[in-house]
Amino acid sequence: MAKTPITFTLNDSEVALFADHGAALIDVLRRGVGDLTPKQGCAQGTCGACTVLIDGKPHLSCLTLAETVEGRRIDTVGGLANGRDLDVLQTTFMEGFAAQCGFCTAGMLLAAKSLLERVPNPDRAEVIEAISGNLCRCTGYEPIVDAILLAAAKMQGRAV
Amino acid sequence: MSSVEFRKDLFANERDDTLKEIGKPTIRQDILGHVTGRTPFYDDHLFDGLLHMRAVRSPHHHAQIRSIDTSAAERMPGVRRVATAKDVPHNLNTLLSLIGFGRDDEPLCAHDKVRYLGEAVAWVIADTERQARDACAAVRVDYSVLPHVLDPEEALQPNAPVVNEVYPNNTFDYHNTYDHQKLRFGDVNAAFARADHVIEAEYQMSPIEQAPIETCGAIAAPETNDRYVCHTNTQALFFSLGTTAKLLDIASSRLHFIGGTVGGGFGGKVDSVVEPTAVLGAMLTGRPVKFAWDRYEEMQVGAPRGAERWRLKDGLTRDGKIIARELTGFFDSGAYMRLSPYAIIKGTGHVPGPYFIPNVASNVFCCITNRTPATAMRGFGITAVDFAIECQMDRGAEAVGMNPIEFRILNAYRDGDMKAHRRKAKNTALIECCQVAAGKANWPISAEAAAQSSLTGGGTPERVAIPETVIDSEGRIGERRAGRTSSTSPAKNGTGRVPAGTHGVAVSGAPVQNPDMQIDAERIGHRMGAEPVSAPPVAAAPGVPVRPAAAPSYQAPQPTPPIAAPSGPATPSYAQPAPPTSAPAQAPTPAPAQPASYAPQPASPPTPPAAQPAPYAPAQPFSRGVKRPGSSPFTSGIRRR
Amino acid sequence: MLSVETYQTMAEAAGAMTDRSRFLGGGTLVMRAVNYGDQSFDRIIRSRQIENSIRSESGGIRIGAGATMADILASREVSFLHQVARLIGGPAIRNMATVGGNLFAPHPYGDLATALLALDARVVMTNGQAEPMESFLAGRSHARNLVTAVIVPNVSETEFRFAKISRVKPKGVALLSVAAWLRRGDVRLAWGGMGPTPLRSKAAERALSSGGQLDEAGIAPALAICTQDLQPADDALATAWYRREVAPVHLKRLLLNGGRL
Repeated sequence: MAKTPITFTLNDSEVALFADHGAALIDVLRRGVGDLTPKQGCAQGTCGACTVLIDGKPHLSCLTLAETVEGRRIDTVGGLANGRDLDVLQTTFMEGFAAQCGFCTAGMLLAAKSLLERVPNPDRAEVIEAISGNLCRCTGYEPIVDAILLAAAKMQGRAV
Repeated sequence: MSSVEFRKDLFANERDDTLKEIGKPTIRQDILGHVTGRTPFYDDHLFDGLLHMRAVRSPHHHAQIRSIDTSAAERMPGVRRVATAKDVPHNLNTLLSLIGFGRDDEPLCAHDKVRYLGEAVAWVIADTERQARDACAAVRVDYSVLPHVLDPEEALQPNAPVVNEVYPNNTFDYHNTYDHQKLRFGDVNAAFARADHVIEAEYQMSPIEQAPIETCGAIAAPETNDRYVCHTNTQALFFSLGTTAKLLDIASSRLHFIGGTVGGGFGGKVDSVVEPTAVLGAMLTGRPVKFAWDRYEEMQVGAPRGAERWRLKDGLTRDGKIIARELTGFFDSGAYMRLSPYAIIKGTGHVPGPYFIPNVASNVFCCITNRTPATAMRGFGITAVDFAIECQMDRGAEAVGMNPIEFRILNAYRDGDMKAHRRKAKNTALIECCQVAAGKANWPISAEAAAQSSLTGGGTPERVAIPETVIDSEGRIGERRAGRTSSTSPAKNGTGRVPAGTHGVAVSGAPVQNPDMQIDAERIGHRMGAEPVSAPPVAAAPGVPVRPAAAPSYQAPQPTPPIAAPSGPATPSYAQPAPPTSAPAQAPTPAPAQPASYAPQPASPPTPPAAQPAPYAPAQPFSRGVKRPGSSPFTSGIRRR
Repeated sequence: MLSVETYQTMAEAAGAMTDRSRFLGGGTLVMRAVNYGDQSFDRIIRSRQIENSIRSESGGIRIGAGATMADILASREVSFLHQVARLIGGPAIRNMATVGGNLFAPHPYGDLATALLALDARVVMTNGQAEPMESFLAGRSHARNLVTAVIVPNVSETEFRFAKISRVKPKGVALLSVAAWLRRGDVRLAWGGMGPTPLRSKAAERALSSGGQLDEAGIAPALAICTQDLQPADDALATAWYRREVAPVHLKRLLLNGGRL
């Protein structure tokens, strides 16, 4: 089976490995690197559970040909926390019951993180737009939107 | 936590509000794993040399299999094994055989015919998923297409194609007697004759796919102690273990099932198809094998909540009382029975809904069609009939010119009332739910309706009596297909009468399917059996298992399945938490000649609160994370190679 | 056996294309097919050099085939296309999906292609030739060359309107979409989801172009015949009957409400 060498940065670490021809990024991350945080929900780009950040922007790792990330920077939820210190978003999700089964959560967090980096003070409609590519079958979305808005407020010092 | 409101005023004396955890919001113990991406779903376990298993699936709803040619697939790169029906040691099962209910009707892999679109006819196990897909495309199956039926009532017609020869009438055989489940209570036809309004309507629901974000899947691997380990996202770990043991003819003790982490189930992860398949793959190859559905398979092959059709007929008096309700229901079980026969019984126990109706008759059919086999989803067996009942209630309110909420409160059952399946209602709360909902929606209800209570007015002699009941023997097994019966509704003319006051017959529990899963209580010092009723009203010591007491039931020879609704993880019956042993505090002693109406009660009813209370707020802010000594936010079990 | 071949230029990549190959743009359609084991191709062709700029030219605005929906949304040159790009997929899809890919997107996708058809865009191939959008779409299943860019006219936001009709919002596939370029006396109407490719309803265009106000009475003749040149079919999203029923309703809202539904 032909393989392609790829190197990229994953959550501030250098990764170098060989990927099967035609392999999607999600398989390379999960089974190649062992980062199990992006989840496979549909393999067709409709659920968003596989969302990762490539050069800071949300992409669907199930639809990304692995070798196209050569030399780029990838962020997953695995890199969100700083050791034991959780990111503000992770805390507000926990305290706001913004996850039940947890399968969509990694994708939601990265979509939210990407939003707050570009729009530190989003309104509700902007949050909904930012997570519009991430499906959740458990929570009904409201706790997720609330948690993201609360995280934005906390990061701006408008809430504790 | 902003959306939880505790109505602690309601049924306050039935609760102990001094408990430290119960009744108080708390942080989920698994949410730290969710937000760090570390919750170990079944696919988050890495195995060296993992093989990928995929199924070859029927493109036809109904067809004979003339031949299967796997020779091309076997030669393709990366293919380790191609398997068919003959590789399954015991290729016939039904899920409910776990509790001795029903007949084995479903193969894990089709062999002589396929009965629904997407049914598996062969499997390929290969090094990569892509190779498995390519090889599946190379398997050649020669089908002889048969006529199919996709509607439950069409399946009952005498000339409908026979879908499953185990049930040649396209219905489940109830009690070895009837092709449907009957419920009879009182005399609906006499009541219709004296009713002021008779309302008939039909309701139906299409199949509904649970669509969890995580699809069904399992990874199985040989362990070194002659066992197979299976990581699975089933909602029903012991169902899956028992089913795998039977299909693969392997001792239960050789199966090591690890699960309970479900990426959304909603009832769609109880049918135990992927686990036997994955374990079979591990058995055939001696390697770790993953078998999971992709999104297309989850939609098409994954069991949905089955389609249902209901016809309701209500008889009302002009003052708004429902005096009779007749129901005819059709469950579309799809090509195989799985859990549906139980759903019909659950639904039957549910009718006529949370209302006191002194005459009830229902016929419910469990039909076989060429649709995808159906399963549980959120309120298994009762969702569609409740939809029908509540729409019917609105029609009834309109017919008598009543406020629909007041109409429901008028007809609501109360503690002590006799239900149609001959058990007394207890812990009823429909009235309070209506009152609170009306308040929240600013929907005006009369002061009289606002003053009603579930705790009073029920269980009067009139409401607790089991009436003389008209029965019939229409719809015996085989009559319909032979053209001797065509009506599906409860018979217009009865053929017998059961005396008033006749209770149902108590049934005993069912034996477990796999003797090696039976609890050997004495050997391991495990206490079993119910606590004595006179025990003080405190929570039983944790871990004390209770076998649910046999209860009177309307159905005679068939054992009542003692399993809980499969929308949560199923546990063996011995592990039920002890039921509260205190006698209910309300114990209504109704005044004699208490009509079931809005006569003002002598005792002051609980007054609904005038103003909405503030939403519950915890006394202390939530702690961040699970505080257990030594717990690390990165702990998650087997994670790396 | 799936292979990936990467070429230095689009021209080389175009030369490598066969019946059993697909060109990788953003991957939103090709990788989906790969993931589901699509047996119709076994070679993925990539090009290192791909045009993704958006810039004004003498003939209009040139949009590189490799430009993504997000690139469109970030470019002020094509602000009239923002209303289209913002409705395609979710944020992640918009970072990936390319203009070139959308030209080949099968039903029910291809919202941007519908808009480009209404704008009379020209499609530039790797051999330098430019083809009108309409004939490109008619022959796209036989296309051997690769697309390097599209050229759209510079239109004002008031002249160009687009509506995407979908049940799920904000992100959901369209059961139909309609684009309108409203120049006085020269109207273009293109529809998505009403045929195997985006199609123009030329009879309705003529009715709208023949003078008359954009008011209820003025557009009535066009509404009556707006599906005449279209070929809606039954599919999982909607029946042909439904599409024909609602098309004039949505067109009316598009024309009268300034594009707001």
